[in-house]
Amino acid sequence: MTGGERFKLVDASGRLRRRPLIASLFLHHDALIVTGLGTPTYDVASIGDRSENFYLWGAMGLAVMTGLGVAIAQPKRRIVVITGDGEMLMGIGSLATVANVAPTNLAILVLDNQRFGETGLQIGLTAGTTDIAAVAKGAGIELTGDMRSANDLPLASDVLFRQPGPVLYVAHISPEQDTKVLPSMDGRFLAERFRRAVGVDG
Amino acid sequence: MATPHDWSSDIYRVVRSRHITTIATVPDAGLTRVLALCDDDPDRRVVTLTSEQEGIGLIVGLWLGGQCGALFMQSSGTGNCINALSLAANVHAPCPMLITMRGDEGEGNPWQVPMGQAAATTLRAMGVTCFGVTQAAQAGATFDAAVNLAFGDRKATAVLISQQVIGIKHFEK
Repeated sequence: MTGGERFKLVDASGRLRRRPLIASLFLHHDALIVTGLGTPTYDVASIGDRSENFYLWGAMGLAVMTGLGVAIAQPKRRIVVITGDGEMLMGIGSLATVANVAPTNLAILVLDNQRFGETGLQIGLTAGTTDIAAVAKGAGIELTGDMRSANDLPLASDVLFRQPGPVLYVAHISPEQDTKVLPSMDGRFLAERFRRAVGVDG
Repeated sequence: MATPHDWSSDIYRVVRSRHITTIATVPDAGLTRVLALCDDDPDRRVVTLTSEQEGIGLIVGLWLGGQCGALFMQSSGTGNCINALSLAANVHAPCPMLITMRGDEGEGNPWQVPMGQAAATTLRAMGVTCFGVTQAAQAGATFDAAVNLAFGDRKATAVLISQQVIGIKHFEK
């Protein structure tokens, strides 16, 4: 891959590529970010590790609920949960919980590659019949959307960062896997620096 | 007959004095009164979950943001929390839990027995410090100690309230 190709937003088939997508959306924003385990963590770390990122390295299915907790405790900050389709489906009930709590500062971005990327790209349920944005809407999250091309980015960015939450966007992305970018796995360190960054004692 | 000890009010007083602002729950009959007391408190929020494991994520997230939460559930819900507890363990987050038991002596539904009997064992296997309460008058002090330990040692702790305290659910036609 040449240097120029690395930054192209879509692959040869016209599908969104995860790393340039994350860079386009998040490089110049100050949101608090919670990531689900696996590739979304590497994607977020690839644009620069920061104290305001909290990465889950396990506890599959809990990214949205962890983000909800932060959103309740930090009502003046925007919180964006970035997770994969498999992680989201394992915690799919949390969309009902989020909708009922209705935090206005919480946004959820699902990177849907229709696969379990971390374990060998096995086909997931969104490759079949399941539509996560539709489930979110049914759970009571009124503002949802799907991102399929570069044209969808401005609206998605507006929803994720500026519209009252809770909101959810699904980015339908290429299954290509990038080189792993590994932030710290030390949960205590990640938690303490996050707490300091939001003004709580480590 | 003496009036039963109001352990629910004792728990609620601990919730207040320990500044627990969010109670995450899948409700149980035995928790009805303490959840109502928390829900009626304008300074507290009760978050109803679809599954108990969500509560572990919520409590850790609250703590990341600087607030204190607790998870109130029935013993059958502890099984839903097992892998989720790795989150609290890895980040060393305070995670106090209040558990009302099923499957104790006299349980009327045999389907409640396996998880009830395994609740403390499985929690301990995940590193949770567990305290049992068999007398209503102990509940407040034990929960206070468990919350104190959770925040002092940044760990998950659980108080398991016996069916001797909350009463046996009867199944009659």
